[in-house]
Amino acid sequence: MDVPILKQGEFLIATIQAALSDADLLQLRSGLIQQVVRFRSRAVIVDVTAMDVMDSFASRTLREIAHMIRLRGAETVIVGIQPEVAFAMVQLGLTLEGVATALDLEEGLAYLNQKFRSTS
Amino acid sequence: MAKKENRTGDTASHVGFAGEHPRLEATSELLRELVSHLRQNRTQLREEWVRRITEARLLTAMSQEEIFAEATSVYDSYVEALETGTFEALQSYARNLSERIIPRGVETHEVVGIVLLLRDVLARSLFAKYQTDFEKLNRILDAYEPAANRIANTVAVGFVQERERVIRQQQEAIRELSTPVLQVRERLLILPIIGVIDPQRARQLTEQLLRGIRTNRAKVVVIDITGVAAMDATVANHLVQTVEASRLLGATVIVTGLSPEIAQTLVTIGVELGKMNTVGDLQGGIEQAERLLGYKVVPIS
Repeated sequence: MDVPILKQGEFLIATIQAALSDADLLQLRSGLIQQVVRFRSRAVIVDVTAMDVMDSFASRTLREIAHMIRLRGAETVIVGIQPEVAFAMVQLGLTLEGVATALDLEEGLAYLNQKFRSTS
Repeated sequence: MAKKENRTGDTASHVGFAGEHPRLEATSELLRELVSHLRQNRTQLREEWVRRITEARLLTAMSQEEIFAEATSVYDSYVEALETGTFEALQSYARNLSERIIPRGVETHEVVGIVLLLRDVLARSLFAKYQTDFEKLNRILDAYEPAANRIANTVAVGFVQERERVIRQQQEAIRELSTPVLQVRERLLILPIIGVIDPQRARQLTEQLLRGIRTNRAKVVVIDITGVAAMDATVANHLVQTVEASRLLGATVIVTGLSPEIAQTLVTIGVELGKMNTVGDLQGGIEQAERLLGYKVVPIS
């Protein structure tokens, strides 16, 4: 299952629409890294609203994506984590530390717009 | 009937005198005689019972008329249970009675007390009736005692069960009341925590908060723990988990009202609180939250 990566102004938006296999996650990771370079994006939003389960691999991959994109000089926001998923993740110790999070896509965009407005 | 005869037979050796064991087939006969005696003397025995209840200062929460009315029903169910050997009717009556009298503050010892008094009153009337025929009295008591014990047991257990049900219900209600998630401004929630936090409550609290963040689209949450008297490592870890889970939903958490004792305990046991945003009191917490949200409160001049 491919994850579409959309370009929206200075940002890239990847919306996960179904449960992903490990291979899909790795593909998403490499896709994002490549495109963030190609489009000279300032930030990436990963929308995980549709994920009702987040295992340790998915969580670790998300963190890796965020760290790799930071090395590229851009920002990552994970949006749409479900309450149950959030609680389960914390209990498993998967807290995505150092990664920005927001309630949903709208919030994520608002966060980034505000952030770039204040710095630019 | 057969079941009860067996019971009576089992216990007879404890009650009866040596060499005077009753014949089993006679037990139901004896109980019938006993029941008809209780029916005949209903008015007198009932009044005697109520007099004893008043004397012993039981059921003080109820008026004399109420006691009399209840006593009548209990007496009749009692005789019926003796007669039929089935306890369902009595059981449901006991539960119904408990439901009515528990809210009025009737205690367990009172309920047990009145049933034992009735048992006593009836036994005395049997002594009086059969005082000339010792052997007969003996056999009647053999039949009466086990049944009476069972009745007393049924009523007391019914009362205690009802009481426990009420307590459970109240615990449930308190638990729900105790974790309100309140919106004080657009996108700002407060969660005042009062009382003891056990793991179950901590879980419920987290769930309610996460759901609240989602439905209210909150950006900042102030958790006020002024009302939490003590905190151990487990509770502190729950708090940390709640803070982290909220952050995953994109909300910032500010913890307020840490008492000096709790602060000391937390540092001593080494809970990782570095990620937590803490402010001294609720007012300060709300002010900081407003700053984060870009609000500014100015007095109307």
